[in-house]
Amino acid sequence: MSKLYTFLKYFFIVFWAVFVVAPFLWALTTSFKDFQSVNGGVTYIPWVDFEPNLEGWKVLIKSPAKGGVDIVEPYFNSLFVTCTASLISIILGTLSAYALSRYTFKAGFVKNNDITFFFISQRIMPPIVLSIPFFLFLSSINLLDSLVGLIVVYIVLLMPIAVWIMVDFFNKVPREIDETALIDGCNPYQAFLKVVLPNSIPGLIVAGMFCIIFGWIDFFFAFILTFTEVQLLPVKIVALNSSVTPWWSLSASALVSVAPLIIVAFIVERYLSKGNLSGAIK
Amino acid sequence: MNFKHKYFFLFPGLFVLIGILIFPIIFVVRLSLSGWNSYNPGLDFIGIENYIRLFTDDPRFWESFFRLSFLSVTTVILQYVIGFALAHMVWKDIKFKRFFRVLFLVPMMTTPVIMTVIWRTFFHESLGPVNDILSNFGLSPKWLTDPALAKFTVIIVEVWQWTPFMFLLLLAGLLSLPKEPFLAAAIDGASPVRKFIYVTFPLMAPISIGAIIIRLIEASKIMDTVYVLTSGGPGTSTETSSFYIFIKGLREFQMGYAASMSFTYLIIMIISLTIIAKVLTKLLLKE
Repeated sequence: MSKLYTFLKYFFIVFWAVFVVAPFLWALTTSFKDFQSVNGGVTYIPWVDFEPNLEGWKVLIKSPAKGGVDIVEPYFNSLFVTCTASLISIILGTLSAYALSRYTFKAGFVKNNDITFFFISQRIMPPIVLSIPFFLFLSSINLLDSLVGLIVVYIVLLMPIAVWIMVDFFNKVPREIDETALIDGCNPYQAFLKVVLPNSIPGLIVAGMFCIIFGWIDFFFAFILTFTEVQLLPVKIVALNSSVTPWWSLSASALVSVAPLIIVAFIVERYLSKGNLSGAIK
Repeated sequence: MNFKHKYFFLFPGLFVLIGILIFPIIFVVRLSLSGWNSYNPGLDFIGIENYIRLFTDDPRFWESFFRLSFLSVTTVILQYVIGFALAHMVWKDIKFKRFFRVLFLVPMMTTPVIMTVIWRTFFHESLGPVNDILSNFGLSPKWLTDPALAKFTVIIVEVWQWTPFMFLLLLAGLLSLPKEPFLAAAIDGASPVRKFIYVTFPLMAPISIGAIIIRLIEASKIMDTVYVLTSGGPGTSTETSSFYIFIKGLREFQMGYAASMSFTYLIIMIISLTIIAKVLTKLLLKE
């Protein structure tokens, strides 16, 4: 019985691991193929099934005029938008989360929990609902197709995540530490900056990672609110997909685009195994 | 004493969020009462004509909504079952525990649309590896162009992409469980199956509810994957609400009508998610 269970367990884990890895492996091998080995029947193993070459990777650094795919600029745009929006969301979200965790608010029937719910519930908002007014608004103030417009929109996407994680986190940081700081003569801002924040670094890192993940992987808003001036990475890759870009350069650019966040998986796992996530995500 | 300080902490975030959101929402409502389209761009007032059209004369919207419900509920159930199984398996010591934990998290870190581009080549009818392997058995399913199979393909891709998120939430939950109930069960000599049914699962109920609701919210936005994988096709067989609104609003520029659809859609989402949350809480927390 227990042997069978162990067998099934490992079988399932290995099966899922293969499923997870399959598209990456496929993309990796495809990125080294040439015309013949893509279009002349399916090939798998380099050197055995086909002769690998670096053409798919070389076009990544070529200029578009010479037939390159030009993902360098979208790459930096994506990085810039994601990091800026995440930073703003984390700062504002952390301040609000601290207030919601430490002080009591009451305005009529609206209490702390309702305000927290208001923040988090913004995730329910279907992007399409916002995209139409944003499209018309940004075009009326000439911010359509600009980095600033995108950052503004991304703050709406990311701040709920920051508030969600940080409220839970602050609830676990003992109140005594702020009280001690206040008794020692700090004003509330000093207490927050010098005592509470340094004790909340794991929470901040988790919130930051989630903001970066959800900012980096967004496609919808970038797709609707930008055209040619500013292109983010996902939009660029999808544009490559619908043009006649060959599979090898498509695969290479896709791999380059998803690579940076895979490092985040290692960081998340570290915090998970240390038990820091259990309080932060709930 | 801290009367003023607390507002300094709360208000910047709150006001930025409200400031960015309030006008779009009011604008959507106002826009939905206008006949804004590409011939006639402007905020005229046509009353609730758009809503009448939506409720009486647009089966395509409702079909896309039921399709969305089907897709999101199916994918979330699959993600929950698989995610829970995986989390439970790597919870206790197994070989290469941390390797598997990292590996199982990886898909959620990758951009859905970019991976979908890869999936498209993966499921390609003649040049993709799936059909190459299946052709040995004489099969060549049309993953992207058969109406029923295309839905299935969307589900596979969604499950691949988002099971890790469920896995993460549930594993974090499992790791935070208290040890005492498990010790008690071990002393009573409970079998692993009974231990799971009577101890682990009830203890995980609150976390499960949270995780399912979060995933349902995110799944109800399915659009990127569909756009890249099938563009709603073949026909309208994988078209979801968001995608239909997108076609009406930003492809055909029937802004007024699209606004009335998106407002209706928002209201339905809020109501149905609230009901689902209530029902799940009742079901899973009945003890």
